[in-house]
Amino acid sequence: MHRYTKWSLAREILVVIASIIMLLPFWIVISTSLKTSDEVLTTSAFAPPKAATLDNFIQLLSPEGSQSGNVYQGLFSSLIITIGTVLVLIALSSAAAYVFARSTRKLSNTVFRIFLIAIVLPTQLGVLPLYIGARNLGLVGSPWGMIVIYTAMTMPFAVFLYSGFFRRLPRDYEEAATLDGASRFQIFTRVIFPQMAPATGTVAILSGLLVWNDFFTAVIFLNGSPYMTLPVVVYNFVGSLVSQWNLSFAVVLIAMAPVLLFYVFAQKKLMQGYAGGIKS
Amino acid sequence: MTITNGRIIPSGTDTKEPDPAPVRRPSGIGFGRWWWALPAVTLTIVVTYMATAFGAFFAFTDWTGLGSFKFVGFDNFVQVAKDPALVGSVRNTLFLATGYVVFTNLFGLLFALALNRTLKTRFVLRALIFMPVVLSSVAVSFIWKFVFAFDGPLNQFLSAVGLDSLKQDWLANPSLALWCILAVMVWQNIGFVMVIYLAGLATVPVELEEAAGLDGAGVWQTFTGVVLPTIRPSVAIATVLTLIQGLSVFDQVLTLTGGGPGDATQTLASQIYQQTFVYGAFGLGAAAALVLTVFILILAVVQQVVVRDRSN
Repeated sequence: MHRYTKWSLAREILVVIASIIMLLPFWIVISTSLKTSDEVLTTSAFAPPKAATLDNFIQLLSPEGSQSGNVYQGLFSSLIITIGTVLVLIALSSAAAYVFARSTRKLSNTVFRIFLIAIVLPTQLGVLPLYIGARNLGLVGSPWGMIVIYTAMTMPFAVFLYSGFFRRLPRDYEEAATLDGASRFQIFTRVIFPQMAPATGTVAILSGLLVWNDFFTAVIFLNGSPYMTLPVVVYNFVGSLVSQWNLSFAVVLIAMAPVLLFYVFAQKKLMQGYAGGIKS
Repeated sequence: MTITNGRIIPSGTDTKEPDPAPVRRPSGIGFGRWWWALPAVTLTIVVTYMATAFGAFFAFTDWTGLGSFKFVGFDNFVQVAKDPALVGSVRNTLFLATGYVVFTNLFGLLFALALNRTLKTRFVLRALIFMPVVLSSVAVSFIWKFVFAFDGPLNQFLSAVGLDSLKQDWLANPSLALWCILAVMVWQNIGFVMVIYLAGLATVPVELEEAAGLDGAGVWQTFTGVVLPTIRPSVAIATVLTLIQGLSVFDQVLTLTGGGPGDATQTLASQIYQQTFVYGAFGLGAAAALVLTVFILILAVVQQVVVRDRSN
């Protein structure tokens, strides 16, 4: 039934055409970002650039470029905040999930439920008091405040995902390691945690992308500060460029580049992460 | 090696051998300490629960975010129900969420079915269709802002095929702008739903499909009789997740239209942002946020009930 017939070929052509149409916007971004301002106005958006120029990118990326400061600063804050969140999140959520998965006490089940309910609580209501709280603590516009907030936002799902993995791990490892005289901390960091690599990968990818691409929280807490993340930088910058699409799209592409690069190498793991992380 | 009941049994071991007497667990066996969970629990309680509770509390006050405040009972909710812009934002949110669920699931399922087996290009196409999912929705929305612009690709295409009469500034048209936002949301997340359905389709036994084919079932009959019942869990997950995503739509609104023209494309999330952080109506923003939270919580409960019903 699943032999490759001429109907399969017809279906294949149909799907390829549908996909090309779906991906047309990417072609438009790339070709427009390589055009001069005159060419954007005079030629079709679908046409390739007559003489491709990197001027738009140079203007944004070279040290002399008028806007390079914003772009680099956005990249820098996005990196710090994303990496910081992922590291803190993995440390705290794996330790917590391990305790919940191994504990036989009733109380720990109740506490675990706190995370389950928090998964569905939307951020929009809590973000308002958080903003006031952060303002009183002087944490608005601070990358450290953002790391705390993002860690808390991604914590419930990370604990949930980790505890599923820990429950499937047999207890024999702990027994053997205890007999060898390892301390509880050593058992966790040296024996248990390394076996959680697939879970850690999924947590890192899903939370990392969520933080990297987040706009709602970032625009509230960071807009106007020296630590605006890339989505906020792109939003402000493109908003200020009225219809200079070639320059706008150069910014858009620069902002997308790190994730796209990552995607080229890890697309399989990424898709599995989304499908698996959501299923469990 | 196989894994049975959580124990790893090396291949070659005779599994029929009677279980050895239970090993006496060494005393002081290390399963971690309870306080290792404390930072995660504290963070979740303070940043998620306490903040949400305070937000709900402020929904009943006239606070501006500064100075003192007093209780106003349900005044904020009355205002949400009376203010045409806020009522419109609730309507727009429900429209976008519904359209988002319907179209992402429709196209996502179609692509998943098309790229499940057989096709030679399926791995490349899956990767390409999933790509927009991982990108910033602000960046993606700006691409589409150009597509919908008056001198943009959409109008150029329309004049190329002789439909000049349809040419217009799409995002400036109050009745079309919302559809444009919906299109961008759907376009970016078809791959997300596709991946959920692909995972579901992988669990459909090939033999079952083939048997249905041999029994003379058509493509549609095989789909509704064999495939759909098997992937029902995926349908439930994809529907609930897209519904929750759709209800909190914000990035695309702010980037594409800023809620305009007028207030034609405001959503609950964009109103929460504007009322609170632009106009300083903290209480009103909190009331709108509480409405959104209640919508989402109801959905979560419905999903729990549906899932539990099925497992019984």
